[in-house]
Amino acid sequence: MSYIKKPVARHPKLKVNSLGLTVRDYEGSMSTLCAGCGHDGVTAALIQAFFELEVEPHRLAKLSGIGCSSKTPSYFVSEAHGFNAVHGRMPSVAAGANAAHRDLLYVGISGDGDSLSIGLGQFCHAIRRNVNMLYILENNGVYGLTKGQFSASADIGSTSKGGVVNRQGPIDPVNTALSLGATFVARSFSGDKDQLVPIMKSGLRHNGFAFVDVISPCVTFNDHQGSTKSYAHTRSHMHEVIETDFVPLRSEITTEYSEGSMQSVTMHDGSVVKLHKVAGEYDPTDRRAVLDYLVDVGSRGEIATGLLYLEEAGDDMHGFENTVDEPLVEIPFADLCPGSKALEEVQKEWW
Amino acid sequence: MAKDSDYGVNDLGLKIATVNGTGSASANGLLLQALFRMGIPVSGKNVFPSNIQGLPTWYEVRVNKDGYTARSPDFQLVVAMNPESYARDIEEVVSGGWVLYDNTRKLDDEFRRDDVTFLGIPLAGMCVEHFQGSRIRILMKNITYVGALVALLDIDMDVVKGMLQEKFAAKQHLMDANFTAIALGHEYAEEHFDCPLPIRLEAMDQTRDCVMVTGNAAAALGCVYAGATVGAWYPITPATSLMDGFTEYCHRFRVDPDTGKNNFCILQAEDELAAAGMVIGASWMGARAFSPTAGPGISLMSEFIGLAYYAEVPCVFFDIQRTGPSTGMPTRTQQSDLMLCAYASHGDTKHIVLFPADPKECFEFSVQAFDLAERFQTPTFVVSDLDIGMNDWMIPKLEWDDSFKPDRGKVLGADELEKAENFYRYLDLDGDHIPPRSLPGVHPKGAYFTRGSGHDKYGQYTEDSDAYVEVMDRLLAKVKSAADRVPAPEVYRTDGGLGVGIVSIGGCHWAVLEARDTFAAEGVHLDYLRIRGFPFNETVEQFLKDHDTVIVIEQNRDEQLKNLLLLETSCAKEKLQSVRYYGGQPLSKGYVIEGVTPFLTREHEEAKQ
Ligand SMILES: Cc1ncc(C[n+]2csc(CCOP(=O)(O)OP(=O)(O)O)c2C)c(N)n1
Ligand code: SF4
Ligand SMILES: [Mg+2]
Repeated sequence: MSYIKKPVARHPKLKVNSLGLTVRDYEGSMSTLCAGCGHDGVTAALIQAFFELEVEPHRLAKLSGIGCSSKTPSYFVSEAHGFNAVHGRMPSVAAGANAAHRDLLYVGISGDGDSLSIGLGQFCHAIRRNVNMLYILENNGVYGLTKGQFSASADIGSTSKGGVVNRQGPIDPVNTALSLGATFVARSFSGDKDQLVPIMKSGLRHNGFAFVDVISPCVTFNDHQGSTKSYAHTRSHMHEVIETDFVPLRSEITTEYSEGSMQSVTMHDGSVVKLHKVAGEYDPTDRRAVLDYLVDVGSRGEIATGLLYLEEAGDDMHGFENTVDEPLVEIPFADLCPGSKALEEVQKEWW
Repeated sequence: MAKDSDYGVNDLGLKIATVNGTGSASANGLLLQALFRMGIPVSGKNVFPSNIQGLPTWYEVRVNKDGYTARSPDFQLVVAMNPESYARDIEEVVSGGWVLYDNTRKLDDEFRRDDVTFLGIPLAGMCVEHFQGSRIRILMKNITYVGALVALLDIDMDVVKGMLQEKFAAKQHLMDANFTAIALGHEYAEEHFDCPLPIRLEAMDQTRDCVMVTGNAAAALGCVYAGATVGAWYPITPATSLMDGFTEYCHRFRVDPDTGKNNFCILQAEDELAAAGMVIGASWMGARAFSPTAGPGISLMSEFIGLAYYAEVPCVFFDIQRTGPSTGMPTRTQQSDLMLCAYASHGDTKHIVLFPADPKECFEFSVQAFDLAERFQTPTFVVSDLDIGMNDWMIPKLEWDDSFKPDRGKVLGADELEKAENFYRYLDLDGDHIPPRSLPGVHPKGAYFTRGSGHDKYGQYTEDSDAYVEVMDRLLAKVKSAADRVPAPEVYRTDGGLGVGIVSIGGCHWAVLEARDTFAAEGVHLDYLRIRGFPFNETVEQFLKDHDTVIVIEQNRDEQLKNLLLLETSCAKEKLQSVRYYGGQPLSKGYVIEGVTPFLTREHEEAKQ
């Protein structure tokens, strides 16, 4: 079912998408995060991506765990259902929801504490299960909401605001996702909306678990000198490996890339993702090579960004489970209950 | 020494002691089914170790013409197949009873008793002689003792043979081996002993309208009939067979014949936390979803259960209780999660809980659990136990009313949302404490944020005291109002009662009934109420009021049911007495009689005379 939103007073110059919605219709409530928090940058990119993808707001389900990052779903698409799960356990709620209703679009927002400490298990298993969803990890190297303790993504040598040096090695979510067989793996920066929007759109169209690690600085607890997750550090150490162009179904390809430096992947719904290689020899469909490359780059303290790995052909959770095409929630009870005759039959075996 | 006259036909406790992993389960199952098909009331209780192979395991069969199928209070015949456990097994036979053992190896004199009859059969020896290969020899040794029992107890040989034919129709070589083994045991017993023994059996007609099934299989079928589409779980004894059953019945009834695709989704989660999350996610979308687990799983799920309670997400959990705390004795039964389930999770929470007493109620209560969960938009527990869940029970045939319509509760459809001026998720519109809910994907007006953080009745985040309290008070009233919708207690009143009442729960029921009849035969009449649901309703309150002394019988150390009654009714503490058995075996009448007797005053004693 489709609902066209009644026109509200809006700036006459705002662009309208095919649903009659402007970008403002994809907003949520006012952010209550600290001014300048990286997470708000992710929200802005998501709003743009939903608008451009022409997502029907009520066909979107947005989920999160607990943390400043996990508050983000309140700040976009107020006409979508939201689910604030318990700390670190959003992936399981998303898996169950998706199992019951495969036709909705799922976006999950998490933090580095939420996904890499308390929720590392669920994060890994959602990847294994290949739950069809866009999964965004707003990565700031600290637990923002509990006031700045190091998280599991803090780099060795990174210092806390109070000067404590982190000695334990980080869990790198991108490398983890790749080694677990994730089919869509990206890394980006909350301050780079141009890079984020096409990655998010591609992720939303990916058939399976689309993982985006977004470096999203915490201005209050982890934006000082000595932090490797600050705005300044990220800006000076990131380099884009792949530039992504998302081409929706039935639209013309406008950007031109030179032969050989571009790979295109056709998504499940027919849209096309164009992957433009910025960094010479790099094959975003070769898992091994990508992992090697990232380990290499990471050891130099550099942050490789872009849609780093993409594999579209595999099965998602429903493929593994061989579930019917129609959402389970829409199957009428009469088709689910075997009835009295069948009960008689079963009980013959209990005699 | 007991005399022959002490034994009756069709009244027998039989214990078979074997080693696990040797295939004795199928031999014992065969025996149980044969008795059942002879029309004799029977029950089988498997006492097994938490181990795959090599440890002692027992199977207890109770035959009772009067229909008492609680755990046998005593054993007249023990089949001692495991030298490791000879000492305790032989000790368990009543004076005047019989011990059947394998005399391929001589029985040590230390095990000999003068007051029981030893029936030695060279089981291993005969099997070595007649079968090739060690595996088949081990398996057939079990079938051989069944053959001997057929002769000793006068079991209908045609019934046994018929069952073997059904079972091995497609495997001729196995059928031949089984027939040989049965005959070996049978002939040996006929030749060497005075068959049948006084504890013999005789065909009856008491099982015609009954079936033999485990509680977990029945509960699994209940989930299928309730229309559950999503099941999430993490393997744990004794709940695993519930999901095995659900899987089996789904593959049978829920595969779309045209596409070969599944009308269900079973997710084996990474742990019980995830299983709970999956159930909640699916329920949030409007599916009927459930998770079967045991105490350790409920402990892990607790944080999520609180979320579902507070955010009002319907969901169904099965707790097939086992012996705690911690890992406890995973293959022994107990009723020690009563408190845990009633109040699972931190903060102020209270849940709907159903307590089946047998597989029939497992089936019926699973269907009801989904209705209650959706009607009251809250987590609902079916609390069974290992004895009910995993043992074979004789129950009246299950019935299904084809006109059954599931109660999906208050769910707003697209049209209603379209017409509504506005939608506020937690606003009670008609005073029944249950606000209508909306489902994702249906209508933009239905959108709201499901959250475990503080929220007001409009569904908005709040840290305001009054707004918070208002929602919390409604939740309490809502769950309380389920008291009249959970299965009502079963009440047994007597004329000329003594002012003493018994309250019990779940699988204790059968031993309590039996003990109560024993008391009644002696002139002591006791009223009895069996709790079947929580929150407690007015009937429970009234029963407690009506009696001067109420004896609460349960299977845990800490008087959990008694304490629940004290917490949730106005009953005075002095009134309630406690009888507990928590050793891990199913309850038998002996414990009940022993436990209750001290509370019967001289008056009651006089009433006996
Ligand atoms: C079971 C549990 N333990 C602890 C907490 C406290 N807690 C809330 S948010 C959080 C860390 C969040 O860190 P992260 O996911 O990185 O989010 P950020 O705030 O940095 O965006 C913790 C430890 C909790 N909510 N639940
Ligand atoms: S504490 Fe950090 S993560 Fe949290 S809102 Fe403030 S800046 Fe953002
Ligand atoms: Mg963080």
